[in-house]
Amino acid sequence: MRAGNSAKTVKEIRIDIEKCTGCRACEMACSAFHAKPRYSSVNPARSRIRVVTDEINDEYVPVRAGNHTRTECDGRHFYQLNGKQYGECSFCRAACPSRDFFIEPDSGLPLKCDMCEDEPPLAEPLCVTVCQPGCLTYEERRLEAEINEPEEREAMENGLQSLVNQHGIEAVIDNLKRLSKGQ
Amino acid sequence: MKYAETGFSLEIDLSLGRIEKVEADPRDTALYLGGQGIAAKILFERVPPEVDPFSPDNLLIFSAGLLVGTAAPSANRTVVNTLSPQTNLMSHSLFGGFFGPELKFAGYDRIIIRGKAPDLVYLYIHNDQVEIRDATHLRGKGTTETQDLVKQELKDQRVQVAAIGLAGENRVYMASIDHNHASASRGVGVIMGDKRLKAIAVRGTRDLNVARPAELFELAQALHKKIGEGDGNGDWMAVDEDDSFHHNHFAWGNARTRRKHFWSDELQQRWTKWKYDHMDRQTGCFNCAKKCRNVINWPGRPRFGYKCFGKDTYHMAAFLELDFTYEILGVAQEYGLDSYSTPQVIAFALELLEAGILTDKDFPEMPADSRGRFFYLLEKIVRREGIGDILADSVSHAAKRIGKGAEAFDHNTTKKFEQLPIKLGKLNPAYFLMIATGEKMSITQIEGSFPQDPLPTQEEREAFVSKWEAPPDEKFKKYFLDWKKRDDISDEATCEIVDWNEAMHYIDDSTGLCGFVSSFRGQFGGGVAYHMNNIPQMISHATGMEVDKDRLWKTFQRIRTLVRAVNVRRGLRRKDERPPEDHWAVRDERYEQELLSKYYAFKGWNSEGIPTRQTLEALDLGYAADDLERRAILTAAAGGVAGEPAATAK
Ligand code: SF4
Ligand code: SF4
Ligand code: SF4
Ligand code: SF4
Repeated sequence: MRAGNSAKTVKEIRIDIEKCTGCRACEMACSAFHAKPRYSSVNPARSRIRVVTDEINDEYVPVRAGNHTRTECDGRHFYQLNGKQYGECSFCRAACPSRDFFIEPDSGLPLKCDMCEDEPPLAEPLCVTVCQPGCLTYEERRLEAEINEPEEREAMENGLQSLVNQHGIEAVIDNLKRLSKGQ
Repeated sequence: MKYAETGFSLEIDLSLGRIEKVEADPRDTALYLGGQGIAAKILFERVPPEVDPFSPDNLLIFSAGLLVGTAAPSANRTVVNTLSPQTNLMSHSLFGGFFGPELKFAGYDRIIIRGKAPDLVYLYIHNDQVEIRDATHLRGKGTTETQDLVKQELKDQRVQVAAIGLAGENRVYMASIDHNHASASRGVGVIMGDKRLKAIAVRGTRDLNVARPAELFELAQALHKKIGEGDGNGDWMAVDEDDSFHHNHFAWGNARTRRKHFWSDELQQRWTKWKYDHMDRQTGCFNCAKKCRNVINWPGRPRFGYKCFGKDTYHMAAFLELDFTYEILGVAQEYGLDSYSTPQVIAFALELLEAGILTDKDFPEMPADSRGRFFYLLEKIVRREGIGDILADSVSHAAKRIGKGAEAFDHNTTKKFEQLPIKLGKLNPAYFLMIATGEKMSITQIEGSFPQDPLPTQEEREAFVSKWEAPPDEKFKKYFLDWKKRDDISDEATCEIVDWNEAMHYIDDSTGLCGFVSSFRGQFGGGVAYHMNNIPQMISHATGMEVDKDRLWKTFQRIRTLVRAVNVRRGLRRKDERPPEDHWAVRDERYEQELLSKYYAFKGWNSEGIPTRQTLEALDLGYAADDLERRAILTAAAGGVAGEPAATAK
C-alpha cells in the first residue's frame, strides 16, 4: 500500500437463494448472538436476518436488515424469476411500516445488521457460519482510495454515505469498481 | 426465570369457547421433561378410561418438546397426543418444521384442547392474544391451501399453521395434521376434525431463555456442524437414488407380494430423471442443517413435499411406479391423509373385490386400471361415500364391519394399526419385541439405535464399534462384537437392546429432537449427533437442571411406564401384543411367548404387561399404581409378580 492511501474493507454476504432450505438457523444464530447476555435467548423476531418463506410458491429469500424507511413504497413491483412470482418486499432490506421485519419487538426500534461486530472479530458472520446449505457466503473486499487530507476524507465519507443511502451499498460499490477499472 | 420451557400451557375449551393461559407445574418438567412426557401425565390425570375418543372430554394436545426453540440443533418437533378411535389407546404423532418453535416464541409449551366447537373454527395465537375464529369458509379446503388462506386472512406470512384437510373434517381415521410439507400421521387428524378445529395458527415474538448460554451455544454449534457435514444424520433417502431396499424387500399391494428382483439400473435412471425434472428444492426444519424433504412440482397437481419411505407407499400399494406416487401424493396430502396407512387401506379394499367379498356393486363406476382405482377410492374415503365410509375407519375396523371373511385380509395390523409392509423369513427376536410391545404403533417409532443386522466380519464389527459414541453402556459394544447371526443373540441382550432403542424415542419425543439426528439414525452407523452420552448435557445447559445419564434413563422409564399405564387402563393386555402373524414365515409361538415374558419382567411389568406397584413407585408413579388398583387392574397379588424396573444404564 502506498503512503497516503487508505484501504477500506467492504464486508459482504452473498446470497444464493436457490440453495436456501428455509431452515432459519441464521435467524436463530443472529438473535442468540445479539441477546444480552450473549446466547442467553433465541427469538427470531430480533434477528437481523429474516428468511422470507412461502412454501406453496417455493419462495425462500434470506434478507439482512438494512436501513429504516418511514413509509412503505407505493406502486410496488412484482418479479418473475424461474416461473415464480416474487413481491418486491421479498428482497427488500428495509424496516418498513408495511411489515414487521427488522423491528425490535419490545421497543419498536429498527434493527440493523452489524456484521456481527465483535472484539476480537469473528472469522465470519455467524449467520454465514451456521448456514450449512451454503446459501450465505462471506466476502471481504478491499477498496483502495487516495486520501490527502483528513477533512477531505470525512467529507468524502459523508458523500459516500449519502450515495449509499440513496442507491444502496451494492450499487455504489459496483460503480466504484467500474470507475477504478477506468471505464 | 424459566429456561428452555416457557412455563405456560394454553388451555382451550372449544365447547365453551374458553381460553386460559395456565402456569405449568415445574415439577412436571423435572419428572417428565415435556412433549409426550407431560402429555402422558395430562392424559392419565384428566381423561379417565371410560372416555370415548370421540367424546368432548378427550383431549388433543400439541406440545413443543423441551429443547424446541433453543439453539440445540434439529430440536423442532411438535408432538401431538390424544386418544385414538382406531386403537382406543393413546395416539402419538410428531411433525417437524416450524410450528413448535413458534409456539415457544409465543410463550407456550403446549396447547391442550378439550370439547367440540359448534362448527368449524380455527385457533389464532399471537403471543398473549388468543382467539377462536370462524373457519366455516375454510370447509373442504386442502391442507396447504388452508395454511395459505389463514396467512392471507391474518395478513402475516410468518404465522405458522397446522391444519387438517377434508379427511380430518370427515373424521377419517387415517387423517393427518399438516404443517408446511410436514405431517403428523398415526391417527391424530381424526380427533382434530371431531373437535371441528380446522387449523391452529401461531405467531410468537418472545425470547426463549436458556440457563447456560455460552456452554449451550458451543455444544449446539458443534452438533449443528456435525449434522451438516457428515452423512451420519438426516434422511439419506432424500439423496440416495438407489431404492432397491424398499422395493425388493418390502411387500407390495396390501402388504402381500414380494418382488425380489424389481429394482434395475434402467428403472433407477428413469426415476431419478422424474425426480430431478420436477424437484423444486430440498427443504429442512427449524435450525437443522439437513434437507430431508424433497419438494416436487408435478404438472397439474399441488406442490408437495415428501420424506423417507413416503415416496414409495402409494405406487407399491398400486403396483405402479414412482410417477404414480408423484401424481397422487400432492392430492392425498391436500386431503390430509397419512401416506403410510391410506395406501394399505385402498389395496385392502381392492383385494376384497378380487376375492369376491366385496363386489362391483360396492364400487359403482370405478375405473378398471389401478391408477384410476386408487384415485377413485381416495375420493370415496375422504368423502366417506359408499364403501369409502367403511374404509375410512381403517383396515381393522372396516374388515369387521364388512365381515364375510374380510377379517382374514386384515393381516398386517398390530393393535388395530396398519404396520409397515414387511414380510420376512426368519424371526428377528428384537424386532419381535419391538413390534409386539411398541406403543407408538409403528416400528419406525421404536427401532433405531442398535444396528438391524450384524456385520459379516470381526474387522468390520471392530471398526464400527471403535467409532461408536452412542451406546449408553459398554455392554452394547460387546453385544455387537459377539453378534454373528441375526437370530443368535441372548434374550438378555435382546431385552437390553430393545430397551435402549425405545429409550431414545421417548427422550426425543419429550425433548423435541428429530429422530433423524437421534433415535432412528444411529443404527446405520456414521456418527449420529445425539445420544445418551450428550443429551443429558444439552438438557442441563438449556434448563439448568442437573441431568446426567442415569437420571435421563430413569426419566425415560418413567414416561414409558406412564404411557403403558394410560393404555392398560384402556384395556391393553398381553394378547394385543402380537406382530402380524405373517410378518415372518417361520414362527415359534413358545419361544416368542417366553421372550415376551422375559421382556415384561425386565421392564418391571407383570405377566399381562401391566406395570407392578413396585415398578410404578420406584418411578415416582405411585398415583398411577393407586389408580390401577382402584380400578382392579392391578391387584396386590398380580401386581407383585415381577420385580423392579430394569437396572438403569451406567
Ligand atoms: S418493505 Fe421495502 S419494498 Fe416493501 S413496501 Fe417497505 S420499503 Fe417498499
Ligand atoms: S451478519 Fe451477523 S448481525 Fe448481520 S444478519 Fe448475519 S448474524 Fe445477524
Ligand atoms: S441458514 Fe442458510 S439455508 Fe438456512 S434459512 Fe438461513 S440462509 Fe437459508
Ligand atoms: S434431519 Fe431432516 S427431518 Fe430432521 S430436523 Fe433436520 S431436516 Fe428435519
